Amino acid sequence: MVNETKRKITCILCPNGCELEVSFSGEPTAESLGIAGNLCPRGLDYALEELTHPKRTLTTSVVVRGGTQPQTSVKTACPIPREAVLDVRAALRDVTLNAPVAIGDVVLTDIAGTGTDVVVTRPVARRSRHAS
Amino acid sequence: MSRRTRETDVVVIGGGPAGLAAAASAADTGARVVLVDRNRELGGILNQCIHDGFGLHAFGEVLTGPEFAARYIERAGEAGVEMHQNTMVTELTADRELICTTPGDRYRLRASSVVLAMGCRERTRGMLRIPGTRPAGVYTAGAAQWLTNMANVRVGKRVLILGSGDIGLIMARRLTWEGADVVGVVELLPYPSGLSRNITQCLDDYGIPLHLSHSAVCIHGRGRLEGVTIARFDENRRSIPGTESEIVCDTLLLSVGLIPENELSRRAGVHLDASTSGAHVDDQYMTNVDGIFSCGNVLHIHDLADWAAEEGERAGRSAANRALTGSTAVPVERIRVEAGSDIRYVVPQTVKRSAEEVLLSFRVTEPLANRTVVVSADGQTLKSQPLRKAHPAEMVQVLVRCDGGLDADRLEVSLT
Repeated sequence: MVNETKRKITCILCPNGCELEVSFSGEPTAESLGIAGNLCPRGLDYALEELTHPKRTLTTSVVVRGGTQPQTSVKTACPIPREAVLDVRAALRDVTLNAPVAIGDVVLTDIAGTGTDVVVTRPVARRSRHAS
Repeated sequence: MSRRTRETDVVVIGGGPAGLAAAASAADTGARVVLVDRNRELGGILNQCIHDGFGLHAFGEVLTGPEFAARYIERAGEAGVEMHQNTMVTELTADRELICTTPGDRYRLRASSVVLAMGCRERTRGMLRIPGTRPAGVYTAGAAQWLTNMANVRVGKRVLILGSGDIGLIMARRLTWEGADVVGVVELLPYPSGLSRNITQCLDDYGIPLHLSHSAVCIHGRGRLEGVTIARFDENRRSIPGTESEIVCDTLLLSVGLIPENELSRRAGVHLDASTSGAHVDDQYMTNVDGIFSCGNVLHIHDLADWAAEEGERAGRSAANRALTGSTAVPVERIRVEAGSDIRYVVPQTVKRSAEEVLLSFRVTEPLANRTVVVSADGQTLKSQPLRKAHPAEMVQVLVRCDGGLDADRLEVSLT
């Protein structure tokens, strides 16, 4: 008989922040995972992912040349493995964009081997040549 | 000053989530709407909130702050709102006449309705009165967020965060990603002030310690910050002698609360509520000054931009209706809304007797679980709703239908 493991996990999918109480024997699977405290069914998927391969979305800034702002903001188009977050951040450090940039512009594809693109989240217009 | 006075139906002051939503809904209702904002870019604080987590309620998807702002800017534009950036309102009268100041001009604007949506400002070190020296390296969390996300400036290398508000938690993660060493978050209360998901994804993910029931008692350093002495605090918020320890750091971020920015409102004669620091409003979000409405963080502090925008939608619709139909000659009877047991405040503070639907927004006094929200009129229960858990950091809302109006002298929201 395998011992039952119990854990508390805070769901981060929405501002409710449900306190999930999960229990499982051996490796957690969709079938074997016991769950309480979730207000919606997504809590189960989240708990399973958090126990097996936690994912996060990285949001950061990238320098923009020739724009009305010195930088724009970017995000990973999907959540990426949590352990890859700092590598993705590092890979973006050397990136410079040229204005104009628009929401959804792809900055890098398949970043750090995650299969995910990094996209622009804030539009930056080109600086007018006549502006002082 | 331009001689000309411009006239319009509705003026919205402030182009953040509440103001943009108010302007769009007022225009959708059929009013001519002018929105003024003092910044170069519309969107308010959303532009520097580059993290995700916005929009789940408003759009059913997860967006970053700038993306959420872009949706509302587009919506307001499509609705026909005339939007003026770089425009600061320097005067507002009870007759709804404004003086707008721009880099090249000053002009008068007169409106049938005005919507206040100026947002809030952060509490500063001066308001906390922390003893010690006055070195560089002490920032409000929002100022550090602006420097990091908008100005490409590094704020420091070894960072301590005072207060566990959401902006401080978000900045703990942001500065960790930027390569800084975030050495801890210190919170005076025995529970965190920010959303629990931010404790998980901003602190726990990176092993950043959270010191509850602790606060700063002294700031050290000449020129640049060198360290902060923290101590344990008791339930009366007094430091306990002998519990002091020094944390070496070159940067201190303050995430210790937000205050609605009501200077303009006050000058127009708008009454403020001592518990929210925002205006007293009725169920239509109108203040005591006829035709002046308030919504978003200038009315009361919201934990989610989605709720600020939703409140803006409601206030904008009311402002447009008031502008298009004019004020009634018959005085409107309003009844008081009171905060009962375990409730810190309720917005709105009054409700028209003729109201058919009221959205009550409130906060609880301390963390609690498995209770029932009861809305009563003169002691008679109008609505009760289970409350699985509640936290002072999280606003709670209850929608009450009162078909045929309210035959009572006071409403009360309480927990049982």
